Amino acid sequence: MTMIGLYQPGRSLLHRISAGWKLLGMLLAVVGILLLKAPWQLAVAAAIVVGGYALARIPTRVAWEQIWPMRWFIALIVIFQLIFADWERAAMISGTLLLTVAIAALVTLTTRVTAMLDVCQRLLRPLRRVGVDPDRVGLLLALTIRCIPLLVGIVHDVAEARKARGAGFSLRAMAAPAVVRALRSADAMGDALIARGVDD
Amino acid sequence: MATIQFSGVTHRFGDRLVLDGIDLTLTEQRVGLVGANGSGKSTLARMINGLVSPTAGAVTLDGLDTTAKGREVRRRVGFVFTDPDNQIVMPTVAEDVAFSLRKSGLPKSAIAERVAASLQRFGLAGHADHPTHLLSGGQKQLLALAAVLISGPDVVVADEPTTLLDLRNARMVNDLLMGLPEQVVLVTHHLHLLTGFDRVVVLDGGRIIADAAPAAAIAAYTGLLA
Repeated sequence: MTMIGLYQPGRSLLHRISAGWKLLGMLLAVVGILLLKAPWQLAVAAAIVVGGYALARIPTRVAWEQIWPMRWFIALIVIFQLIFADWERAAMISGTLLLTVAIAALVTLTTRVTAMLDVCQRLLRPLRRVGVDPDRVGLLLALTIRCIPLLVGIVHDVAEARKARGAGFSLRAMAAPAVVRALRSADAMGDALIARGVDD
Repeated sequence: MATIQFSGVTHRFGDRLVLDGIDLTLTEQRVGLVGANGSGKSTLARMINGLVSPTAGAVTLDGLDTTAKGREVRRRVGFVFTDPDNQIVMPTVAEDVAFSLRKSGLPKSAIAERVAASLQRFGLAGHADHPTHLLSGGQKQLLALAAVLISGPDVVVADEPTTLLDLRNARMVNDLLMGLPEQVVLVTHHLHLLTGFDRVVVLDGGRIIADAAPAAAIAAYTGLLA
């Protein structure tokens, strides 16, 4: 199973820049891309992003996996824009979307989750005054990322079990066992978190 | 070794009596808990680090009540669950082991060193940055064990840690458990893994029906099934 935006170990310049600077850079880059006016400017930006992937030595397959899931979404936008606007507008909107996703993915591919969470926790520290616990929020984000493959695995297992029993696809019939299993896993994970001293 | 004491421990889940007046003192380095499904062995194991509180009676670790002093007890008792997927909370291997040290007060460089040494010890050094969900079942259980042991517990409680593993991985995990200097309480259905243990307690219907050296205890357990 492949996952979008999973950390790719490395020692490149992009890997070594701190998570905080990378997030700031990402923000500035996305704002910069949104301000672009012409397809040739977008092409220059795309070349820079591709350069970023090359600098980080991200394998082509992994880089491609970051934008491939957007193919139907982009196709719809292009068709819509070609019907109601022109090719330039279609290129600008689809290109902007692809580039912003590619930039965000480049940050996550070169940054450990813990480094990202440290930044989130630092940014949330002022909110302690109003009762927000930055450590808890950080843990919540880490668990959310961790649970994505777990949930995918649960749905996959339920689908296989149905197939093994000769049943066809049914969203309703699959939802009940998948939700029950997910809740059981959540319960067990809660126990494990207590056992690992989360409440200490 | 720590002294784990169950005094008149009874536990109910609703109307169901899970443990019925257990009196037990464990001081040995290797203790096995066996019994059929629903015999109460997992509940008993979970009481050692306060994950489950007895309905009546008390469980103590070196005199510390595991319910009242749960946090202190959990710092001394590590728990390995049956399904490591529920125990792994971080997306990559090294991050998950480091998670156990997040409140240790150690500087980041020291944590990184300890994590690297731990991964080396458990044969996971080449997987430090790998996504945890892509590890094999055996590797996941080794990771769970590494994450528990890095915080330096006195006691390791393992609840059927080999149930989901193939024979080779089960043997590897068991060999690691057997080689630990820490006190180990192992809940298992794999009776052959208990060879070399100091003591085996057999539960049935929430009661202790045998408490002896492995051979005698296993004979009593298998006698129940005859």
